[in-house]
Amino acid sequence: MKKLLILGAGTAGTMMLNKFAKELDSNEWGITIVDQHETHYYQPGFLFIPFGIYNKKDVIKPKRDFFPRGVEVIVSGIDKIEPKENRVLLQNNQVLTYDYLIVATGSKINPKETEGLAGELWQKSIFDFYTVEGAVALADFFKHWEGGKLVLNITEMPIKCPVAPLEFVFLADSYFTERGMRDKVDIHFVTPLPGAFTKPKASSILGDFLSKKNISLTTEYNIAKVDNENKKIVSWDEIEIPFDVLITIPTNMGDEMIERSGMGDELNFIPTDNYTLMVDGYDNIFAIGDCTNLPSSKAGSVAHFQADILFENFLDVIDGREPRAKFDGHANCYIESGFGKGILIDFNYDTEPLPGKYPLPGVGPFSLLEETKMNHYGKIMFRWIYWNLLLKGKELPIESNMSMAGKRL
Amino acid sequence: MSTIEIGGKTLELDADGNLANISDWNEEIARELAKSEGIEELNESHWQVINYMRKVFVEDGGAPSIRKLTKESGVNTKELYALFPNGPAKKSAKIAGLPKPKGCI
Repeated sequence: MKKLLILGAGTAGTMMLNKFAKELDSNEWGITIVDQHETHYYQPGFLFIPFGIYNKKDVIKPKRDFFPRGVEVIVSGIDKIEPKENRVLLQNNQVLTYDYLIVATGSKINPKETEGLAGELWQKSIFDFYTVEGAVALADFFKHWEGGKLVLNITEMPIKCPVAPLEFVFLADSYFTERGMRDKVDIHFVTPLPGAFTKPKASSILGDFLSKKNISLTTEYNIAKVDNENKKIVSWDEIEIPFDVLITIPTNMGDEMIERSGMGDELNFIPTDNYTLMVDGYDNIFAIGDCTNLPSSKAGSVAHFQADILFENFLDVIDGREPRAKFDGHANCYIESGFGKGILIDFNYDTEPLPGKYPLPGVGPFSLLEETKMNHYGKIMFRWIYWNLLLKGKELPIESNMSMAGKRL
Repeated sequence: MSTIEIGGKTLELDADGNLANISDWNEEIARELAKSEGIEELNESHWQVINYMRKVFVEDGGAPSIRKLTKESGVNTKELYALFPNGPAKKSAKIAGLPKPKGCI
């Protein structure tokens, strides 16, 4: 009996579990998945909570609803991986051995990495929306807020879902307009990047959206600390930006377990082959999703494309062959732009987001880098797809590798 | 592909405007690259960072991120920003003749 062990039952881990439970012969393979939490969060939905579009109930379901039959599920924290011994120590003192390991332990925010960020104003005037607690606290705050300076700050890259901060300010513009108080709210987008987004063409188009929506932009801003007393953020080169409410995207890091295992970089992300998704230095360990150091976006749609590649490569490797499938860095993101519209971008390692059309059999086409109602419906539809198809590892009508069809150069 | 003229030599640049061939680099070129980044003179601390960057590049095959820099170069974040204003990792990589660090996507 061979053993496949999956660490983490978030988006990526659950997809892999479902794909392999269906594929691998249960007489030959034992599959185990470990996660410390029993609740699955639909993380793309967190963005909508502060604006009262979704509530907490809309984004949570029990993880067990998505586990197939015939697999072993262990609810426990993970102490560490001992990759040379092919075993994993759990916090419930269990020791698991494996033949093959898939690490899918994700990434999370660490506000304590920045001086004063998790200080006395935390969840009073400083909020995150990358946790359900933060998003819900912010929804309560906004309900009674009378306006002032709203500053959104990205602490450092990389972050999960790099478009979410932009969507946040677009939705804030829409939300405060609809509440008739947009003139009382000054929205300021403060980023360490040289533009509104990571890639040049999209950055310039999305930057235009910011100015059209009267949102000010400060680039190349690297926050050093938060001055809680005077409600200001201060950069390493001492530029001060005052706020009445600070929406922070704190430093994103991989799990501490990765550090304890000695398998991570300085942000606890796992050095992983960009193309095969095998962990550098090991021939029986794969990593997928937000826990890797890949230069692709950290997002569920990306993990979904990676899942198809990992699946093929895993089957090659267990047959003693070289992994043949190559992940191309494909990301496909619906960007909510407010007022019931959205923008779609589609890109990979080599091709930046381009304008044009995105064909999708049966539903599309969607417009790329343009604001349309159709793109908004795409985003809203995605929640249903996520719960009903994606997590269960079912086929979606989207190719894992990016296609140039419809794109304008 | 764009190029830069330093000391009578034409050097190739990559898409980010960093040296395309790290073997083209020498200390004289670093001083010129620094000037084009607005740093008139490279002091001992600048060199400590630049040499550290090149050492990591040889060992790891990539320029280190700002976090790795502060953790290991012996120069703290505050000082790094004073030495290389705006983007210490990006700027010091450029002056060290290395490609842009991977974290700066």
